[in-house]
Amino acid sequence: MAIPLSYNVRNLRVRKTTTAMTALGIALTVSVLLAAFALVEGLRSAFEASGHPLHILVTRKGSDSELSSNFNRSVYNDLKFKQGIARDAKGEPLASLEMVTVINLASQEFPEGSNISVRGVTATGLAIREEMKLTQGRWFTPGRREVTVGSSIARRNPDAQMGRMLRFGRGDWEVVGVFDSPQPARNSEILADLNQAAGDFERTEVLSSALIRATDAVTHQALINDLNYDGKLNVQARPEKDYYQQQTSSGDLVRYLGTFVALIMAVGSCFAAMNTMYAAVARRSKEIGTLRVLGFSRRSILLSFLLESLLLSLLGGALGIALVLPLNGLTTGIGSNVTFAEVAFSLRVSPEIMAKGMVFALAMGAFGGLLPAFSAARKQILAALRQV
Amino acid sequence: MSEVVIQTSKLTKEYVRDEFKVVALRDADLEVRRGEFVALMGPSGSGKSTLLHLTAAMDRPTSGTINVLGSDLNSLSDSSIARWRNRHVGFVFQSFNLIPVLTALENVELPLKLTHLKKGERIQHAATALRLVGLGDRLGHFPRQLSGGEEQRVAIARAIVTDPDILLCDEPTGNLDAKSAREVLALISTLNREHGKTVVMVTHDPHAAHHACKVRYIDKGELLPEGSKPQDWN
Repeated sequence: MAIPLSYNVRNLRVRKTTTAMTALGIALTVSVLLAAFALVEGLRSAFEASGHPLHILVTRKGSDSELSSNFNRSVYNDLKFKQGIARDAKGEPLASLEMVTVINLASQEFPEGSNISVRGVTATGLAIREEMKLTQGRWFTPGRREVTVGSSIARRNPDAQMGRMLRFGRGDWEVVGVFDSPQPARNSEILADLNQAAGDFERTEVLSSALIRATDAVTHQALINDLNYDGKLNVQARPEKDYYQQQTSSGDLVRYLGTFVALIMAVGSCFAAMNTMYAAVARRSKEIGTLRVLGFSRRSILLSFLLESLLLSLLGGALGIALVLPLNGLTTGIGSNVTFAEVAFSLRVSPEIMAKGMVFALAMGAFGGLLPAFSAARKQILAALRQV
Repeated sequence: MSEVVIQTSKLTKEYVRDEFKVVALRDADLEVRRGEFVALMGPSGSGKSTLLHLTAAMDRPTSGTINVLGSDLNSLSDSSIARWRNRHVGFVFQSFNLIPVLTALENVELPLKLTHLKKGERIQHAATALRLVGLGDRLGHFPRQLSGGEEQRVAIARAIVTDPDILLCDEPTGNLDAKSAREVLALISTLNREHGKTVVMVTHDPHAAHHACKVRYIDKGELLPEGSKPQDWN
């Protein structure tokens, strides 16, 4: 049977200063890693929740994003009558011709301004995104320089408030409403009348994309294939959800950097844990000798000290999670590597991320505690008893 | 005549210290019978503690044989020795060696963790041992809350809680005041006389040795024949 756990817990409590310092070192390492993970997880869940499962985004062939796509109005006129496109109550195809561009807008985080997506849409564009609901004001009026902004834009950009004017294109655009969508990526866009926006940006014929809705899931894939293999149209069709998921890679740099920094810190934390445990072994040499005399095996001693190191790291892990928990739900923005515009999202400290942090902390404790535990187990009884 | 429980033959222990060979114990032949109380006396560095440590299998001899309770200690592995020691030997240290973060009861319960007893039984046994040494009212006290004499009595309770055949005591009164020393020696004598424990005690103190039924002297690593003592020993 093992040496009682209370022996380790109380020893950690007795040397509370070193325990606290080591646990804090581990906690900081864990929190750096978890902060990076929380950001990526928030970004991932924002993009994963975006897009309609029956929607297909059509851009010019070879364009990875709507921004770089030159999509002719004539192509739209040809494709909107394709078989498999859903129709509204009036029998009109649910196909929306759209124009996307970016403007510079000051935000609370970036007063000097950051890229914000402006999407020009028609009434079909609003109808096809029926999940979007107005929270303030009204939708823009066709033919007028009016915009309705996403809730994230309204929250983060002081100029994008109801009644204020935004200057882009050829003049000032009045903010007449705020909308909110359960699909987070949509809330980082400004919507305007397609023809008014296209005119302002001199893109009346060459727009960006078309968003179409398939009648059902089976037709969805068939329609994508049909569009992609239609040599006359020369377009690239993909599920709208895939387009958003592709943007999750925007957080890759943060994840790599966060992991890299956390790993460097982890080496330091391992040494700190090792140092603490070596000191514990040295200070408790006589106790180790006594335990051996009482009949505890070398393996029991090894397990006991390893367990103590794991307890220490568990404490550090819990502290690290506690440090990072306030970040949960915090809204921030990141530049999408696809749309080149800012996407607002909330950091997410999920239970899975917390579990990862705990495993990371325990790994540090195990690596840091292994050598001292071996050294404790290898002690000769008499040598251990004689050490002061 | 009762059975021999400890038997050593030409038991030798040598150390290498700073490239010099030091003979701590040379050709020691010792026989201890069941129920005996043997005191090992000798000046500092004479080898008496070495002999005690070898008897408890805390160290391995350089040569010679040692047989305790029928087991040839040289032939046992480290893990077998650990189990054997837990079952058959109780050891009392000069400086008590209690675990400071555990209470008296928990300290005494420690050796029982290696037995098949359940938690409740272990607590019961540990409490009984503590009551036997007169510390029934100190179960929840930590070592720092006890006097030296009380600490040593807890250590004795820990040594006897598994009901070992042999009690090995290394200067058990060395760190105690006279009154506490008398109490501890009386306790060890009681364990020998009334509970039949075989006791081997290393001591400097002739008064302590008086409690033993047999005194063996060690001088310069040599265990002197029964009845003889070093010439300069006073």
